[in-house]
Amino acid sequence: MSTKYVDSVSSVESTAHSENYINAKKGLMSWIVTLDHKRIGVMYLGSILFAFMLGGLMALLVRLELIAPGRTIMGPKTYNQVFTLHGAIMVFLFIIPSIPAALGNFMLPILLGAKDVAFPRLNLASYYIYVVGAIFCVASLLMGAADTGWTFYTPYSTTTGTSVVSMTLGAFILGFSSIFTGLNFIATIHKLRAPGMTWGKMPLFCWGMYATSVIQVIATPVLGITLLLLIMEKVLGVGIFDAKLGGDPVLYQHFFWFYSHPAVYIMILPGMAIISEIIPVFSHKTIFGYRAIALSSVAIAIIGFLVWGHHMFTSGQSELAGMIFSFLTFLVAIPSGIKVFNWVATMYKGSISLNTPMLYALAFLFLFTIGGLTGLFLGTLSVDVHLHDTYFVVAHFHYVMMGGTVIAFFGGLHYWWPKITGRMYSESLAKIACALTFIGFNVTFLTQFVLGSRGMPRRYYNYVDQFQPLHAFSTVGSWILGLGFLLMAFYLLASLKTGKKASDNPWGGVTFEWQTPSPPPEHNFNYVPVATHGPYEYKS
Amino acid sequence: MSTAIHGTSHGHSQDHHGHHDHPEYLQHHFSDAEQQVEASKLGMWLFLVTEVLLFGGLFVAFAAMRSLHYESFHEGHEHLSKTLGIINTVVLILSSFTMALGVHASQTNQKKKLINYLVVTLLCALTFLVIKYFEYSEKFHHGLLPGRYFTAHHENPHVSIFFGLYFLMTGLHGIHIIAGMSAIGWVLWRAIKGHFNSEYYTPVENVGLYWHLVDLVWIYLFPLLYLLP
Repeated sequence: MSTKYVDSVSSVESTAHSENYINAKKGLMSWIVTLDHKRIGVMYLGSILFAFMLGGLMALLVRLELIAPGRTIMGPKTYNQVFTLHGAIMVFLFIIPSIPAALGNFMLPILLGAKDVAFPRLNLASYYIYVVGAIFCVASLLMGAADTGWTFYTPYSTTTGTSVVSMTLGAFILGFSSIFTGLNFIATIHKLRAPGMTWGKMPLFCWGMYATSVIQVIATPVLGITLLLLIMEKVLGVGIFDAKLGGDPVLYQHFFWFYSHPAVYIMILPGMAIISEIIPVFSHKTIFGYRAIALSSVAIAIIGFLVWGHHMFTSGQSELAGMIFSFLTFLVAIPSGIKVFNWVATMYKGSISLNTPMLYALAFLFLFTIGGLTGLFLGTLSVDVHLHDTYFVVAHFHYVMMGGTVIAFFGGLHYWWPKITGRMYSESLAKIACALTFIGFNVTFLTQFVLGSRGMPRRYYNYVDQFQPLHAFSTVGSWILGLGFLLMAFYLLASLKTGKKASDNPWGGVTFEWQTPSPPPEHNFNYVPVATHGPYEYKS
Repeated sequence: MSTAIHGTSHGHSQDHHGHHDHPEYLQHHFSDAEQQVEASKLGMWLFLVTEVLLFGGLFVAFAAMRSLHYESFHEGHEHLSKTLGIINTVVLILSSFTMALGVHASQTNQKKKLINYLVVTLLCALTFLVIKYFEYSEKFHHGLLPGRYFTAHHENPHVSIFFGLYFLMTGLHGIHIIAGMSAIGWVLWRAIKGHFNSEYYTPVENVGLYWHLVDLVWIYLFPLLYLLP
C-alpha cells in the first residue's frame, strides 16, 4: 500500500458509505449552482460528450461526401462549412476541455487528497463561460457557418461572408474558461496537496495536469488577443492582417500558432497523464522512471512554446527561422520518446490484466507512436515541402489527437467510470467497442497517410479518380468508428441503470481515489488522507 | 455552507462545535487561513500573467506594424495630445499610490483611512476616464478613426492602422480601468461593512495588485503611443 489514512476521528459515522456527492443534495438547482468539483466535472463531461457527438456527426458527413469525386451529398460551400465546424467544435469544444475540465476536475482534487479545487466559484464560472462560448460557436451554425477551416487564416477569414465573428467570439470566450481551469489547477496543485504528499509523491496524472495548466494559462491569452484582433479586423477593417491594407497575413499565422501549437500539448499532455495512471495499475507494478515521466511533461510544455514556426515552413518565413523551428520540433520527440519507453518498461515483467482501460492504453501506445513519428516527417524541412497541406498532415494529427488524446480520454473514462458513477459497465461490450474503435480508426486514417504521400491535398472538395478507392476505404472506416462509439454510448448509459455496483477499488489501484467510496462522498474522503509512500508502490 | 466533513480533527468543519476556532472568511476546503491566503495570492499572480500576455499580443502587433510603416505611425502619433497623456499618467500613478496606502491601512486596522484611500483611487480612475473621453471625442471629430472609418487628411498611407491599434490598445486598457473600478467599488463596499482587518485583507491586496497592473500597462502604452519619435 502506498498510502494509508490516518483515522484521526473517534466516531466515523456509519452512514458515510451510503451518502455520496450524487445524493447529498437533491434537485436541479443543487446541480446548477453547485460548487462541488465532482458535480462540475460531471456537467463538463456531459457537455463535452455532446460536443463530441456533434463534431463526430460533422466528420461522418465530411467522409460521406468524400466517398466519391464530385458532389455526393452536399455542395462545395456546405462542405467547407462542415469541415470547419468539425474542426472548430472538436478542438475548442471537445478536446481542449475534455480531459482537464471533465475528468481532471473530478479526479485532480481527489488524487491530491484535497476537498475541492482552490477556487470552487471560479470553477463553476469557468463551466458557464464554456456554455456561453459553446452557444456562440453553435449559433454560428445557424447564421451561415464559417467556411475558413478551424485556423481562421486571414485574409480569407476577414473577407468571407460567413459568420466568422460568431465562431471566433465563441472561441475567444471559451479561452477564458480554459484559462480559469488552468489557473485553478495550478493553485490547487501548489497549495492543496494532502499532508505528506510532496511533489515527488504526486500521482503522474497531477504532473500532467500541472504541465497542461501552465500552457493553458500562458498560451490562451495570446489566442484571445489574436481572435480579438481578427474580429476587429473584420468589423473595422484595421488592416493588420490584410496585405491589401498594408498588413501582414503571416503575422496572423505567427499569432495563431503561438497559441495553437502549445494547444496541441494542452490536448496530448492530459492523455499522457491518464496513460501514466492506467499502465502501472493494470501491470500491477511500480511505474518505471517516475521522475523522467513527470519532468518530461514539463519539458514538453516548455519546448512546445518554441516550435510554432513549423506550421509556416511554406509561408515564406526565413530559411534560418525554418531551420531553428525544425530543430526545436525534433527536440520535442525526446521527452515524448522518454514517456513511451518508460510506459513499455513499466509493463515489462508486470502481471498485466487486459481490462478495457488497459486495452485503450495499449491502443494509445500504438497509435500515439505512429502519430509522433510521422510528426518527425513533417518537421523535416525538405519532406514537409512535399507533404505540406496534404492528407498526410490530416492523418498525422488525427493519430495524435484522436489516436492519442481521444483514446486516452476513453481509457480514462473507463478507468474512472466506476468511481464517478458507482456502477460497472459491461466489460465484454466495452472490449468489442474498443476493438471497433481501434480498427475503424486505423482503416480511416492509415489510409490517409497513403493518400497524402501520393499528393491528395487536404480540405479539397473534389479529387482525381485514382484516389477514389482509398477515399472510399477511409469512409468505410469512419462508419466502423461511428459504430464503436454508438456501442460505447449504449453500454455506458445502460450501466447507469443496470450496471452492478462498483466496489471502492475495482482495479486494485493504490492512489487516493481508490481508497474512498464509489461514488465519493461530498467532501471526497471520510478521513483526512495522508500520503506516506509513492503513488504506485504495489505489494507483489 | 454548513456541510461538515465527517469527523476530521483539523477543524475543517463549518458547523461550530465550540472548541474549533474557525473564522467566518475561511472557506471549507482550506485547512487554515494561511493556506487560503497563499492560494488566492498565487491565483491572482497567475491571472496577472494572463493579462500581461493578453496585452503582449497587442504590443507585438504594434511593433510589427510600426516597423513596416514607420512614417505612417510617426504621422499618427503627432495627432495625440502629449499634455493630456502626461496628465493621465500622473493621475494613474497617484491612484496606484493611494491604492498602496489603502492596502497598508487595511493591514493596520485603519478602517476609515482605508475607505478614504479607496475613494481617492476611484476618483483618480474616474478622472482618467473623463480625460480619455475628451481625447476620444476629439479624435472622432477629426475622423481619426480605425481602419475603414478613417477619414482625416493624411500624408502617409497607413495612418489608419496606427489609429486602429491606438483605439484597440487604449480601449482594452479602458475596459480594464472600468473592471478595476468595479473591483475597487466592491472592496470599498466590503470595507464599509467592516469585513477587513489585520487578520484578513486578501481581497484588498489582490485588487491592489490588479490595479497596479492596469497602471503599469498604461506606463508602457503612454510612451509607445504618445512619445516615441
